Amino acid sequence: MSAASFSAEPRRVTRWIILGVAAALFVIPILAMIEFSLRAGQTGGYDFSHYAAIFTAGRAGTYDVLFQGITNSIGICVVTVLIVLVLLLPTMILVELKYPRLRSVLEFICIIPITIPSIVLVVGFIPVYSVVARMFGSNPWTLSFAVGIIVLPYAYRPIAANIAAIEIVTLTEAARSLGAGWGQVLGRVILPNLRSGILSSCFITIAVVLGEYTIASFLSQNTFQTALVLVQHTDPYVAVIFAVFALVFAFVLLLIIGRLGSLGRNRRSA
Amino acid sequence: MTSTVVAPVTPAETTRGAEATPRRRGLTWLGLVPFGAYVVLFLAIPAVLAVASGFFDADGAFTLSNFSAYTNPAILNNFWSSLWISAVTSILGAVFGALICFALLGTKADRALRSTVDSASSVLAQFGGVMLAFAFIATIGAQGVLTKWLISLGLTTNVFNSFNGSGPLLYQVPGLVIPYLYFQVPLMVLTFMPAMEGLKSTWAEANATLGGTRFTYWTRIGMPILAPAFFGSLILLFANSFSSYATAAALISQGGIIPLAIRQQLTSETIVGVANVAGVLALGMVVVMIVLMSVYTALQRRASRWRR
Repeated sequence: MSAASFSAEPRRVTRWIILGVAAALFVIPILAMIEFSLRAGQTGGYDFSHYAAIFTAGRAGTYDVLFQGITNSIGICVVTVLIVLVLLLPTMILVELKYPRLRSVLEFICIIPITIPSIVLVVGFIPVYSVVARMFGSNPWTLSFAVGIIVLPYAYRPIAANIAAIEIVTLTEAARSLGAGWGQVLGRVILPNLRSGILSSCFITIAVVLGEYTIASFLSQNTFQTALVLVQHTDPYVAVIFAVFALVFAFVLLLIIGRLGSLGRNRRSA
Repeated sequence: MTSTVVAPVTPAETTRGAEATPRRRGLTWLGLVPFGAYVVLFLAIPAVLAVASGFFDADGAFTLSNFSAYTNPAILNNFWSSLWISAVTSILGAVFGALICFALLGTKADRALRSTVDSASSVLAQFGGVMLAFAFIATIGAQGVLTKWLISLGLTTNVFNSFNGSGPLLYQVPGLVIPYLYFQVPLMVLTFMPAMEGLKSTWAEANATLGGTRFTYWTRIGMPILAPAFFGSLILLFANSFSSYATAAALISQGGIIPLAIRQQLTSETIVGVANVAGVLALGMVVVMIVLMSVYTALQRRASRWRR
């Protein structure tokens, strides 16, 4: 064990002190949210009354805006996932197979939204959406066009990593030379191989859409996040409860993505 | 990389027949159109409109008068706040994040500890926004757990509920540092860990063989090698904090930082005849982001030298 004293690694004690302090600091706000949501008024006692209130019919009216916001957000999720699957994914496959020289251009385009602050894009989205509203009406789902742009960097990366990991050109050549049509190549060779990347992309898209606030608030749409802000003024407890739910939901989504990633790794190493 | 992928394509296309190839090329080219059109309509046009709107007045005539916004002390103050909040949270976030990465050195990537830290980091780095504001309202807000705890200890006026003589710390610009760190540190862990893992154990062995100590290893080998990656991540954190809006918007109803100043401008622009100051402020943000990203790419290039 004398080698340990020379190595770059921290000593066991140092490691656990750093990680322990970090874990404690990061857990405090989450515990605080849970404690806050369980408070029974100003008495100092705890109960589940705020949780029960969400589901009681009498007070349901208060939360209509919240449930409407969640419904709208789910609709936006569906359309945004469709944008990823129908616009981004086919373009990525096409570029990989036919225009490999455009790959760096596509990557650059997909990274841009991360470098432009949402609040800056919003300044440009407002005039664009006055045209969109004339064409499609001001339906909540039209927000997906804007959110789809914000999602691009996150959706691009898992699919790109998956494409890089499989020999997509070789697989296509093999399938073609065995007599497969382009439909079969796509449906039975390419898409099954990209399954984990595509799923990760979709989950990340959902997580980003559910957390999006900036664009929705400026384009005056009621989504999950904007509804949380509204409800927070009248009933901070319920807002906190839903924030905890959303956090747990996002954590589960990301755990699934992690699992998908490791499944992919196992298959490749096997 | 590109040439190796191109190579297998060519023979297959020649087998398909000489006259079929140009026709197919013509059709496949159309496949790029939908995505291209989408990006032009919803990324290029909004980005150009956002920046260009600053150069026009309410009647659509070209003007530079909107730039007088930058002589307004309130706007300058907002810009300054944005910059120092980003600087403080990126430096603190980078130092604490790097410490956590250091603590994780030598742990196996597939063990439960690392996968928990990885998943937690990616959730928390994405956690910015309204929900993060709620978490800290529940922690250090006027009725927050820590605030009430300090009161119960006898500190009826403490740093959380009375800062600078103007109410709870959380609802003031300096108070943003605490929630911002909550997503900055995890982002640092995510972006800096690959560089930390790139340190080769042979370097530590060489250092030991030459009679070096742990201290000389870090000061003469580790830190110089990690420096470009560290500063690259730091810039990423700065940009992340600089462009973040939702958390501040949920906590502060007035201006204070530049995204909030843009909100004030946009919400007051419903009055016809007000100049496009929001566009000028957006341009200012874009300029800062371009500078940051240029430095970032330069540092990334330096950092990748050691990873070959």
